[in-house]
Amino acid sequence: MSTGIEISLGEVAAALALVAVAVVVSLYVRADLERDIGIAVVRSFIQLTAIGYVIQLIFDEDSLLLVFALIAVMVAFSTYTARSRAAKVPGATLPLALGLALAAVATLGLVVALGIFEPEARFLVPVGGMVVGNAMTASAVALNRLGDEFEDGRGRIEAALALGANAREAALPAVRRSLRSGTITLVDSTKTTGLIFFPGTMVGMLLAGADPIDAVRLQLILLYVLLGSVAISALVSTSLAYRGFFTSEHQLRE
Amino acid sequence: MLFELNDVCLARDEHQVLDHLSARVPEGATAIVGPSGSGKSSLLRLLNRLADPDSGEIRYRGRPIAERDVLELRREVMLVPQLPALIEGTVGDNLDFAARLACRETIDAGAALRSAGLDTVFAERDAARLSVGEQQRVMLARALAVEPSVLLLDEPTSALDGEATATVEEALVGLRRRSDLSLVIVTHDQGQAERLADQQIRIERSVQGLAT
Repeated sequence: MSTGIEISLGEVAAALALVAVAVVVSLYVRADLERDIGIAVVRSFIQLTAIGYVIQLIFDEDSLLLVFALIAVMVAFSTYTARSRAAKVPGATLPLALGLALAAVATLGLVVALGIFEPEARFLVPVGGMVVGNAMTASAVALNRLGDEFEDGRGRIEAALALGANAREAALPAVRRSLRSGTITLVDSTKTTGLIFFPGTMVGMLLAGADPIDAVRLQLILLYVLLGSVAISALVSTSLAYRGFFTSEHQLRE
Repeated sequence: MLFELNDVCLARDEHQVLDHLSARVPEGATAIVGPSGSGKSSLLRLLNRLADPDSGEIRYRGRPIAERDVLELRREVMLVPQLPALIEGTVGDNLDFAARLACRETIDAGAALRSAGLDTVFAERDAARLSVGEQQRVMLARALAVEPSVLLLDEPTSALDGEATATVEEALVGLRRRSDLSLVIVTHDQGQAERLADQQIRIERSVQGLAT
């Protein structure tokens, strides 16, 4: 599976030509995007280069402890990022952190236990990064929706409480809709994969000269792992986060 | 005595909603009247513990409500909110939802609908497609389906036109005749209070409690 492919900084710089096109388009239609495009280019260069060196270091050391440390840092950053999308959810930090951590541990544990990947840094780091990244998006979208549900649907939730529903029963329809909105993007893109778009791992492997069937199989494994991790993180974070809206006496907080 | 309120205070957003309120609500049909903003709806929400007072005590049939299991209390003392808020699905689904919460295997959906002034064919109708007046009556039917001992009604007709108001009032008058059900009705409409209730409690803005 491993194939050598060498990229020079010059080639990376040449790819900026298309960014220039984007900037020209933005200026032409006055979309006011050029500043954001500039920031995106600079940040992606710095962040990816830095993580490239970190990954290089971890691969060289090949220490599982370092792998765990890196994934823990990813979970922490993802929690922090998702937290801002879930601003309307009281006490969202812990549900997010638990959801993301559980998604990472469960999916990486499973792929290692099933023998799909060796417990080595060169497999666990990239898979962990993908899992945490996708889980973060799903949890952030789900909790963002949960915040809206409790803001807009307060009357319906309290009407259920007034009927004698406990907090969980009153929140269930909102939790269900939030969970769905967190996971539906990945579910939909998984449905259309190969028809409408080629996923990143497959593209990377094909570019690196891998056998297409190998590329497809690895991509399938990753898609399934991602589906699982996204479901776990969105489920855990919404199932815990709704409690923040209620008191212990099944009352909605003001 | 159905409810006794002793020196109840409630503040919200630094605004004193109820200021040392004391009142007694007897069994039967009682209307709580007063201008808007006087804390009538807030008071109603205290009676089945959708909220708790900051201080003071509320007793339900002689016992402090804070001592009761809150979910059990709400199934016995059921509040129907001012605006209809049904779950997705048919009217029947809504009645089943209420039955499930009350851990009842079977309910008499037809009787509940009739008590609320609705025809039994409503059970099959999509709740979201009903008029506001019909939805409000389904809210009433949903509460009646689990046979509460007390119904707390928050401005039951405020969202309705004249004709729908008359139908809901007719249903409430029918319920009032039932000796096993007490009603506490919050309304800003003095005429409605007289039509529906045996006694009235008047709350004035930030004035100490009230009289029958």
